[in-house]
Amino acid sequence: MPDVLLDVQGLETQFRTPDGVVHAVNGVSFSVKEGETLGVVGESGCGKSVTMLSVLGLIPSPPGKVTAGKAFFNGHDLLQMPREELRHVRGAQISMIFQDPMTSLNPVLTIGRQLEEPLILHLGMNKKQASDRAAELLEMVGIPNAKDRLKDYPHQYSGGMRQRVMIAMALSCSPQILIADEPTTALDVTIQAQITDLVKRLRDEIGMTVIWITHDLGVVANLAKRVLVMYGGFIIEESPVKDLYANPSHPYTIGLLGSLPRIDEAERQRLYSIEGMPPVLYRKPEVCPFAPRCKWVMDRCWKENPMLTEVSPEHRVACWVDVKTGRAR
Amino acid sequence: MSVDQKVLLQVRDLKKHFPIYRGVFQRQVGAVRAVDGITFDVHQGETLGLVGESGCGKSTAGRTILQLYEPTAGSVVFDGVDLVHIKAEEMRQMRRKIQMIFQDPYASLNPRMTVGEIVGEPLMVHNMASGREIEERVKDLLDKVNLNPSFSSRYPHEFSGGQRQRIGIARALALQPSFIICDEPISALDVSIQAQVVNLLEELQQQFNLTYMFIAHDLSMVRHISDRIAVMYLGVLVELADRNTLYHEPLHPYSQALLSAVPIPDPILEEQRSRVILQGDVPSPANPPSGCRFRTRCPIAEIGLCDLTQPEFREVTPGHFVACHKVN
Repeated sequence: MPDVLLDVQGLETQFRTPDGVVHAVNGVSFSVKEGETLGVVGESGCGKSVTMLSVLGLIPSPPGKVTAGKAFFNGHDLLQMPREELRHVRGAQISMIFQDPMTSLNPVLTIGRQLEEPLILHLGMNKKQASDRAAELLEMVGIPNAKDRLKDYPHQYSGGMRQRVMIAMALSCSPQILIADEPTTALDVTIQAQITDLVKRLRDEIGMTVIWITHDLGVVANLAKRVLVMYGGFIIEESPVKDLYANPSHPYTIGLLGSLPRIDEAERQRLYSIEGMPPVLYRKPEVCPFAPRCKWVMDRCWKENPMLTEVSPEHRVACWVDVKTGRAR
Repeated sequence: MSVDQKVLLQVRDLKKHFPIYRGVFQRQVGAVRAVDGITFDVHQGETLGLVGESGCGKSTAGRTILQLYEPTAGSVVFDGVDLVHIKAEEMRQMRRKIQMIFQDPYASLNPRMTVGEIVGEPLMVHNMASGREIEERVKDLLDKVNLNPSFSSRYPHEFSGGQRQRIGIARALALQPSFIICDEPISALDVSIQAQVVNLLEELQQQFNLTYMFIAHDLSMVRHISDRIAVMYLGVLVELADRNTLYHEPLHPYSQALLSAVPIPDPILEEQRSRVILQGDVPSPANPPSGCRFRTRCPIAEIGLCDLTQPEFREVTPGHFVACHKVN
């Protein structure tokens, strides 16, 4: 049994806005094992990014605040850690890549300078060592003429290349966990295929643990071993990837899978659509957050919020209804 | 697809180049060849999908067909009328029949107008209705796109992305057009909302016998909604075929790579699939490669052939067009 690397318990995060307090994450617990690739899936506003940002202490405060929970990494609670110590974990042991490679790089510094910075800061290399290592890293992520291109500025790189630079930067200190927040959403499909291929290769070569946040169930099917589905700031389903696609058990997961057209679809069928829209959480939901859009909804769903319960080995669902029978669990 | 179907839109060798100016005297030093000679037909009642990656010119193609950009060369014939050479007033009349739905539902609606004004504006501009009649028509249109008719006095900011896109669709429908160009109408929306909007577009198509040109980069959605699909790369069409033919027998290496890059939401299938991973990025349309534009990334490019002449866009089997030297 591989060791649990990151263990998050009861995480809650809120944002103060002019319209009221938004309850973005409402008690999320999960763990990540060493060497595992975890997919976190959900639509905009479901709390998937905020969960990861909270764990890393990257929520801007104010307006955001982590109000409850623990996040153990190598036995230490990241949420209680002093800022300075957390800064060393971030970057050196856990690193993160973001959706938009255009805004994540500093436009007035060369690519080389930005790649060398964490090497000097976290690993104590000198300028020469850092520069050599930076070239190696660029080569590793597949950028040709790496040595010369270190002198270039971000605008001289294309979107796909910038995302490669972000990955190179994230991997520069050989982190134990790589958190990727929709890293391919802004990219074209052929470039997306290049990037997912690259991450898979690096993961297998250096045995890195990956948490991949996305709204794209196709990408998750290709990459992840285990998946969390989030809705309304809760994890509503958690399962090994194959089981999730073969036996989706939460009405939301079923709807999400059904609403995707498939490139291999033979006949044109009407897409299954989930009516209504995702909630904005000005109050912490006391009942099932999906109830207003659910077609299996029962009385109990309007009274109590279901907890995650196991339906088959390692497959857990937060729903009062057994969708196979349409009756209560 | 029956062969005898009426051709509604005929595009021939359409080009749109954007000039690049440099220096003190702002002399033209080159041009971005956004659309560089595309030829295709759209049949009455069908949906033609136009796919390609960002910067390939698909949106420019849509806008040039609608004459929102003045074409550099080529012809666009809609229902027997040559749109490139008619007078401005005649074009204004034609716009009743050709409408467009835009990508960004946040930027394409005027924030200072109510929904009623937005949807009713085309009716007023084209003198199709007045006063109470407009109100009635607006309510009717909102109802058709599954929005509550009482929303007509509200402002766009009160609506979500999916609802805004419905408002855009209602506005496009106001003049009872026969042809709608949908420019990435769902790419800004969440997955569950995308399905709602696509289903709505399909219902409306049946109800009003609409013809669509559906521009998108999401190949699986395009395959879902289209009857025929055209694949665009760097300003030119590389392949055009019936939806199933394109999926099962893509001939152009770019179409093959594009199809294989689309992830399938099924982990078991994904394990078995082998991918064609393209190297490098799309070159700049201001300085496209000589010969075949795809040759710099093409796995089967042949020096002495592909870098010399641009392949002709020819019909290899009935209804299946491809532009590649290596396809027999």
